[in-house]
Amino acid sequence: MPASKRRNLQRQRTGPVVAILAAAGLALLVLPLLGLLFRAPWGQIPALVTSDVVLQALGLSLLTATISTLLCLVFGIPLAVLLSHSVRWHVIPRRLLRAAITIPLVLPPVIGGIALLLLLGRRGLIGQFLYGIGVTIPFTTGAVVIAQTFVAMPFLVFAVEGALRSADRRSELAASSLGASPAQVFRLVTLPLIGPGIAAGAVLCFTRALGEFGATITFAGSLPGVTRTLPIASYLAMNSDPDTAIALALVLLVVSLAVLLALRDRWLPGALS
Amino acid sequence: MSALTIDITVPRAAFDVVAQLEVTSGHALALVGPNGAGKSTVLAAIAGLVDGTGSVHLDDRDLNNLPAEQRGVGVVFQDFLLFPHLTVRDNVAFAARVSVGGWKAAREAAQPWLDRFDLAGLADRHPEALSGGQAQRVALARALASEPAVLVLDEPMASLDVEIRDDVRTDLAGYVRDFGGPTIIVSHDLDDAKALGDELAVIEKGLIVQRGTLAELAAAPATPWIARFASR
Repeated sequence: MPASKRRNLQRQRTGPVVAILAAAGLALLVLPLLGLLFRAPWGQIPALVTSDVVLQALGLSLLTATISTLLCLVFGIPLAVLLSHSVRWHVIPRRLLRAAITIPLVLPPVIGGIALLLLLGRRGLIGQFLYGIGVTIPFTTGAVVIAQTFVAMPFLVFAVEGALRSADRRSELAASSLGASPAQVFRLVTLPLIGPGIAAGAVLCFTRALGEFGATITFAGSLPGVTRTLPIASYLAMNSDPDTAIALALVLLVVSLAVLLALRDRWLPGALS
Repeated sequence: MSALTIDITVPRAAFDVVAQLEVTSGHALALVGPNGAGKSTVLAAIAGLVDGTGSVHLDDRDLNNLPAEQRGVGVVFQDFLLFPHLTVRDNVAFAARVSVGGWKAAREAAQPWLDRFDLAGLADRHPEALSGGQAQRVALARALASEPAVLVLDEPMASLDVEIRDDVRTDLAGYVRDFGGPTIIVSHDLDDAKALGDELAVIEKGLIVQRGTLAELAAAPATPWIARFASR
């Protein structure tokens, strides 16, 4: 950082009110995690985290969160492109599109799960036809993936849309003047330019999918090895076996933090420059 | 001997840009005018980067119905618009990459252009590590490596430091002469227009108001702006 810039930053003093409120906010974010660490039965943790219950839930969570992140990439990137094109649309369809993509963010996940059940359940809008041809979605691992994709998609779409907006789109004009077809422009110029945004979105997506609870338990239930993911296993264990619940929570915390830390600030949401 | 003949109208909020121009191969036309007169819009319309009604003929072929990627118009953009995620080599190889396919063959095809524009030593750098003059050479090499039939340059000198302008301008004039096809250079600077263009066309508020050599413009300026411009 140049010296002049550092001096400017030094002039930005933090006032006492801001400092106190910020500290309280930070405490609210961090203290529950400290409580978890403080209460953890550390002596039994090695045995607990390698128990069948934990490993089964961890494996299922990693598998489903990975698949749903891939699905979010496949459908979310085109959706983000469409959303960025919608600035040229009439105001009503433009707002409807944005609202539709935002719904899973503002909807309680449990409601999302009920909605999925009403759509894909045995007597659901689409589900009744699927049931007729012998396809049942609710309470399967596929249902877990659909529930996770439903709640995680907006994170990917908005991260990619932000990257599309901040990238210098005129590079795309330069590419077409050099003979690149629209598909080549997208693959060789647009995608690499928004790469960091895609990575940031995928990280958010994966961690959100990993932590998904409400929509999953409503739409997919809690069958061990089939739909019982880490958060669900942890919640269920809280009544009967708190030590296992804490071990499950710690594993979830470690995996989420590892994903966030592995990508460092360059690709983290909020650091897109 | 080929000729670029344009007769094009581009609607804009304040006024329509209407341009009729003809440039034959081996000639460079300097398109000058005040800021916001529509100079860059004319270039974008020729290159197919904005929609214009009318025609853009290269000899008897109308390019105006073709998308930008099929026009064969090489563009040097005002701030060069080099691809920030690609090296100098891959920027210059880009046209070959999209026409031939595969980076390996494209990089080989780019080598003569790197040599010719004295870029071999910079080939592995990214655009952010280039000076203004270097970036301009990359932009020109990248455009010419697509082997365009027509070359348009939008304010190619505008983002360069004053100290290096004279040298860069001399080099650029040489490269433009070597190109051989019809060339249009947008500028608002008399020195650049004089050095890079054989002839000048003046655009004001979207209309071509005068065309001729600098001496002709100075002798009988059609507007007060031309009188001031040509007498500087």
